[in-house]
Amino acid sequence: MNFAILQFPASNCDQDALHVVQNVLGQSGRFVWHKENSLAGMNAVIIPGGFSYGDYLRTGAIARFSPIMQAVREFAAQGGPVLGICNGFQILCEAGLLPGALIRNRSLQFRCEHVFLKTATHQSPFTNKIPAGKILRLPIAHGEGCYFADDATLDQLEKDDRILWQYADANGQLTESGNPNGSLRNIAGLCNEARNVAGLMPHPERASENVLGSADGRLIFESWINWLESRMTQAA
Amino acid sequence: MSDPAITPELVRQHNLTPEEFDKIKGILGRAPSYTELGIFSVMWSEHCSYKNTRPLLKTFPTKSPRILVGAGEENAGIVDIGDGLAIAFKIESHNHPSAVEPFQGAATGVGGIIRDIFTMGARPVCAINSLRFGPIEGGGNAANNRRLFAGVVSGIAHYGNCFGIPTIAGEVYFDASYEGNPLVNAFCLGVLRHEQIARGAARGEGNPVFYVGPATGRDGLAGAAFASRDLTEESAGQQRGAVQVGDPFMEKLVCEACLELLATDAVAGIQDMGAAGLTCSTCETAARAGTGIEIELSLVPQRAPGMTPYEIMLSESQERMLIIVRAGREDEVKRIFDKWDLPWARIGQVTGTGQMVVKHNGEVVADIPARKLADEAPVYHRESSEPGYLKAVREFSLTSVPVSADPAADLKLLLAWPGIASKNWVYRQYDHTVRAGSVVCPGSDAAVLRIKGDSLPLGPANGSVVEKYIALTVDCNAAYVYLDPYEGAKIAVAEAARNLACAGAVPLGTTDNLNFANPHNPELFWQLKESVRGLAEACRFFNASVTGGNCSLYNQSPNGPIDPTPTVAMVGLIEKPAYITTQWFKDEGDAIILLGDAMDEQDPMRGLGGSAWLQCLHRLKTGSPPRCDLEKERQLHNTLRGFIACGLIKSAHDCSEGGLTVALAESCISQQIARETPRLIGANLDLSFAVTEGARLDALLFGETQSRVIVSVAPGDVVKVVERARILGCPAVKLGVVGGSELTIKAGAWEGKWPLAELHDLWWNAIARAMA
Repeated sequence: MNFAILQFPASNCDQDALHVVQNVLGQSGRFVWHKENSLAGMNAVIIPGGFSYGDYLRTGAIARFSPIMQAVREFAAQGGPVLGICNGFQILCEAGLLPGALIRNRSLQFRCEHVFLKTATHQSPFTNKIPAGKILRLPIAHGEGCYFADDATLDQLEKDDRILWQYADANGQLTESGNPNGSLRNIAGLCNEARNVAGLMPHPERASENVLGSADGRLIFESWINWLESRMTQAA
Repeated sequence: MSDPAITPELVRQHNLTPEEFDKIKGILGRAPSYTELGIFSVMWSEHCSYKNTRPLLKTFPTKSPRILVGAGEENAGIVDIGDGLAIAFKIESHNHPSAVEPFQGAATGVGGIIRDIFTMGARPVCAINSLRFGPIEGGGNAANNRRLFAGVVSGIAHYGNCFGIPTIAGEVYFDASYEGNPLVNAFCLGVLRHEQIARGAARGEGNPVFYVGPATGRDGLAGAAFASRDLTEESAGQQRGAVQVGDPFMEKLVCEACLELLATDAVAGIQDMGAAGLTCSTCETAARAGTGIEIELSLVPQRAPGMTPYEIMLSESQERMLIIVRAGREDEVKRIFDKWDLPWARIGQVTGTGQMVVKHNGEVVADIPARKLADEAPVYHRESSEPGYLKAVREFSLTSVPVSADPAADLKLLLAWPGIASKNWVYRQYDHTVRAGSVVCPGSDAAVLRIKGDSLPLGPANGSVVEKYIALTVDCNAAYVYLDPYEGAKIAVAEAARNLACAGAVPLGTTDNLNFANPHNPELFWQLKESVRGLAEACRFFNASVTGGNCSLYNQSPNGPIDPTPTVAMVGLIEKPAYITTQWFKDEGDAIILLGDAMDEQDPMRGLGGSAWLQCLHRLKTGSPPRCDLEKERQLHNTLRGFIACGLIKSAHDCSEGGLTVALAESCISQQIARETPRLIGANLDLSFAVTEGARLDALLFGETQSRVIVSVAPGDVVKVVERARILGCPAVKLGVVGGSELTIKAGAWEGKWPLAELHDLWWNAIARAMA
């Protein structure tokens, strides 16, 4: 599969994403500069973490206007899968491709630590290969990761089965203490109505190799590749 | 606007002595202009010239077959790590700016050291830091100490996190001597191939000189000179303008653009504009190449209107670089910096005159021999005399200290003492996992980082890079150094090397940050001299040559001088990933072994001199600190590494502050699985073998005898490990067994028992509670 990894000025998890795509998953991938305006030939898009445009004004607020985001909109509208990680999630919310917003952590401080995630649904390109009941252990690293939306939106997300991951404790319970940033309904990641665009605050690309203490993130990428391959088979 | 007249008063305000002024006149053959006076004052400040410390620094071991670029040659030293790869690393202080404006002071400290690393052509891949503040518990001055502590930590977090560099290790101490003068030492490490080393030299007559990065403003005017004076309330107020404002976003872009440009071979020389800004970068690059340099200030991008030549030359606006480009390759600079939307300007050229010539609208405002300015600063051999307080320190004996009535309670107090307590409140604010290389995160004796293809600057063959594992630590118990500068400095090095050994690493090199008080005071200079003697001896011993570093003098507030603090950052190489070792106990039933002596019988203080126990329980910072026998220490490290290589060691933790008992407790409680989820594993120990008639139990439990490591091994390996250690000349004794939900220690008739959940809570949350 051919992965596009977007590069905004001050993206800083771009290399990590490419490393996992190429060296861990054995797929092909390339960086796509924010001034480019085409995603031709790409099967999948990763919007990596970082501080795009310095996160001035608001996280992700400037990135949404970059030329490449127009191409991402078109790619997504045609059903192409897009995953936003951390700052990438913030950009997708700012761009209106995902509902809600990510606001400052409840602690008002940046938080870097490992968290436990419960996979709330397996019906998505990004969760289909995660074993039932498996609790993922992934690192977070953000100052603005508190997921916020109005009650009607949250209810709709639940009704549509669009919440992908929720912060939990080691046993998968959705506790207050397992929630690192105050996200409403412990939401760590979700997808759009068409289910092909998703975002999450934790970093699967930093937890895809045993040497880094957790390879749970790999399950997310493997789900994605599985979905891409079955879609190709169907098309053929 | 006309320049002020050069009066003796103006010279004094520039921190130059009448003798130094005469020397300047001798070099120029005339009186300096106002701009020239400013240039000399910053270049001849301690911060830039090391004029008070140079004779001492010459005593450091600075060579080894691994060192590719040595101390003082360039902006950072470079060490070979095999397979054509190398690392560049350095530590630098930002103490005075952080005292005045903690957030920006600390942030720009991180920015400055990152620039020093990518200036060498290396990709910055990790940061560590060493911080010191006044006490943070309780009322009074503690409120201000907390403000400084919180501000510094968030400043480091802001800059490092945004830049995208993992901050993976560090140390934090709290002591009244740092009140009003906190220490902020920031370290950065980068990776490159041998052939990618860039030089800060203005080579090639006729080559154009480019300025890249954001425009120059009035911020940070003469910061280097500010850092080279005592800090007073008045100076702090006046010098707020000397603190720069950092923009990590800009730094990230400048770094990526510079690495991209360096990959083109269009660059003849490159240097960041750090301390002393445009002044330092122009004269140093010319001095290194033996050339001259000529710049026109009206071409320099400027943020403020009407800046004078003096201001432009002395500004320390951040994130700026000076690049000497091979003539004919100018378009590549333009192409790459335009791609990154970064300002650039051609501001001059390299000449063959040896002169640093500065023009402003065509008029010469400075014309100085570059080499004399950069390399011929005055050198002072300062007077030294042993400080008076040391007599009382040496005479102090334990007879005046009551024997602990309740050692079980003492352990709890020690674990919650901010100097010993977990620093998670600090490192959870730092992104320590970005770049997908953090194998051992903060919270063990040393951090371990994986180096892989994308750790390098752009290059043709990054796909085939051999992965490497390096360990990093930064250490200094300044209470020991205060009580015995020579011995204390030796211990700082020994502890750093021990932490590396515990992680499974062999030392590659050292970078040190000498934080001391006013060198004009002979007693304070004696502290510096003796510390350097100890550092040099110990670095030589552990084959950890000094690759560079930083001196920060004049660290004192109106309350007095800081404790002498020679911070030691050491980097080591771990030969195989299988050797990577962490400090926490692993499996129930494993045996716990002490490598080293239970107590140093030769030490009249029994390891309690300068100890955390005396400081925390008795509010006493006195007594001769423990001795460090370097031969014994080296034996310990070699033995431990040998065992690790044989796969015998499951955990290894060094005994430092709080002694044996704190080290054992930490081995039980320090593994963190995830948020709010520690892994607690108990231990049952018997120290009765070391209990002798009339000996102090508190000294056995909390004494800080050096050269000791707690290891755990599989039950079947005990005999092998103990016997082999003894053959290798390293004392070894089994202390007990891993398991259960309590820590239990028996020593003769006494027994202590602690539920792990309680110990963990005290240790893990102490700093958060103090800061709440």
